[in-house]
Amino acid sequence: MAIVEMTGRLGALVIDGVVRLGAFVLFLLTTALYVFIPPFKPRLWIRQIRIIGADSLFLIILIGGFTGMVLGLQGYNTLRRFGSDGALGTVVALVLVRELGPVLAALMIAARAGSAMAAELGAMQSTEQIDALTVMAINPIQYLVSPRLLAGVISFPLLTAVFDVVGIFGGYMVGVGLMGAPSGAYFNGIAANMDGHDIMTGVYKSLVFGVIVIWICCYKGYHADRMATGVSRATTEAVVLSSALILAFDYFLTSILL
Amino acid sequence: MSQTEINHGDGHAQDIGNAPSAGNAIEVRDLRRRFGRQQVLDGVTLDFPAGQITTIVGPSGSGKTVLLKHINLLLRPDSGTIVFDNVEVTKLGATGLDAVREKFGMLFQAGALFDSMSIFDNIAFPLVEKTRLTRAEIAERVHETLKAVGLQGMEAKFPSEMSGGMQKRAALARALVRRPKILMLDEPTTGLDPSRTGAIHELIRRTQENFQLTAVMVSHDVPAVFEVSDRVAFLHNGRTHLNGTVAQVMAADDDVFKRFLAGKASGEENETALAG
Repeated sequence: MAIVEMTGRLGALVIDGVVRLGAFVLFLLTTALYVFIPPFKPRLWIRQIRIIGADSLFLIILIGGFTGMVLGLQGYNTLRRFGSDGALGTVVALVLVRELGPVLAALMIAARAGSAMAAELGAMQSTEQIDALTVMAINPIQYLVSPRLLAGVISFPLLTAVFDVVGIFGGYMVGVGLMGAPSGAYFNGIAANMDGHDIMTGVYKSLVFGVIVIWICCYKGYHADRMATGVSRATTEAVVLSSALILAFDYFLTSILL
Repeated sequence: MSQTEINHGDGHAQDIGNAPSAGNAIEVRDLRRRFGRQQVLDGVTLDFPAGQITTIVGPSGSGKTVLLKHINLLLRPDSGTIVFDNVEVTKLGATGLDAVREKFGMLFQAGALFDSMSIFDNIAFPLVEKTRLTRAEIAERVHETLKAVGLQGMEAKFPSEMSGGMQKRAALARALVRRPKILMLDEPTTGLDPSRTGAIHELIRRTQENFQLTAVMVSHDVPAVFEVSDRVAFLHNGRTHLNGTVAQVMAADDDVFKRFLAGKASGEENETALAG
């Protein structure tokens, strides 16, 4: 009897998990579909690009600059041991463009814009604003979520590019300006050793991370519980889950794109 | 159903009065909805006559808000039908539902005004999104509707800058701005003091008369809300227990309703009844 009961409970858990996963995936597919279905609202797209992209710019420049500076410092000290300080530019640029740029930029945007997104949608859910849209015959996914997905797909690669460029200059400032690495070799090394594949690896990653962050944060906010702790829980879960998935997908993408 | 009746909980009803002569704007038939193990709606049958205010009352957990969410098409029933203007909406797809939704306005319990928009933008929103009116026409309609709810001159304010009563008025203006045939109101006086409650009730009555609306209201404000209602439906244990004009329902010799009016019926009682 106990085995039957346990099996029943396990089955119910599995079914519940599959249903939740299905709803999660359907949310993304529906959101993506509505990007291409009229009415198109460029005003909403631009607003979201401003919120996700332009408003994150200062943070991206700040974190990109410091990341490049640390890479310049550590890279110079490490490479000098092997007499290879001339390769500093190549190392800094490759690490940033292929790996740290997309990952750190995505983590920063998830923390800043993603959390705000989850909190905003969660608050809209708990105050029935999303129901109000539905009752007005306005599709809430199309009005609230699809513009954010589109804005994320546009903003993430651009912010990542800014992160990379600022980081490379940060590395130059510390590695060459402070530590004394050869100036000419820094940028010449980048030009000689970095190719289109390296850049596209970063672009693909930032696109995937953009979809992940917007998907998770919007889903969590949109389905926040209508209680006092609902919004805070949704926000926390959105940031934690999107950060974890960024790192997990980074591994898989790296192994595919290497 | 064309007559006022008492439902004794066994599915059979007893007539206690005559029905209004006008047709029904909304007809609900044997509506059932279960959430998990709880049968929240257990065969609700109810008519909403055109041009009248019908108020749904009942203890917490009786299913009145869930019923309203089925009538405003936010939820789908497990079984039963809802008919709007001779259209059975329970079988409609997304496009058909949107067409029906354009016929009614909804005032939510918390107002559901968009925080990021001014009052003008909130009220203009349904017109901007769903009509082809010019900016001037939209502005004229917004000013006109704000005047009707006594909020002229408040266009530039944001919801957070207004009192609870003013937010309710603004939300009512948004519900009315597209000139719907049916107005639905979910606990319109929740969180308001008695004087503001009276003012909102008066506004609802005046608005219903001015716009010739059919109004469906869920309220816990008994018996104050009866003053503005034409008809009352008392829900108990997920069923229509009493349904009729205010005078008929108030005169009904029904213990459950009397206990509710005396404040003795509670959600706990319902849950016990459901569990039993």
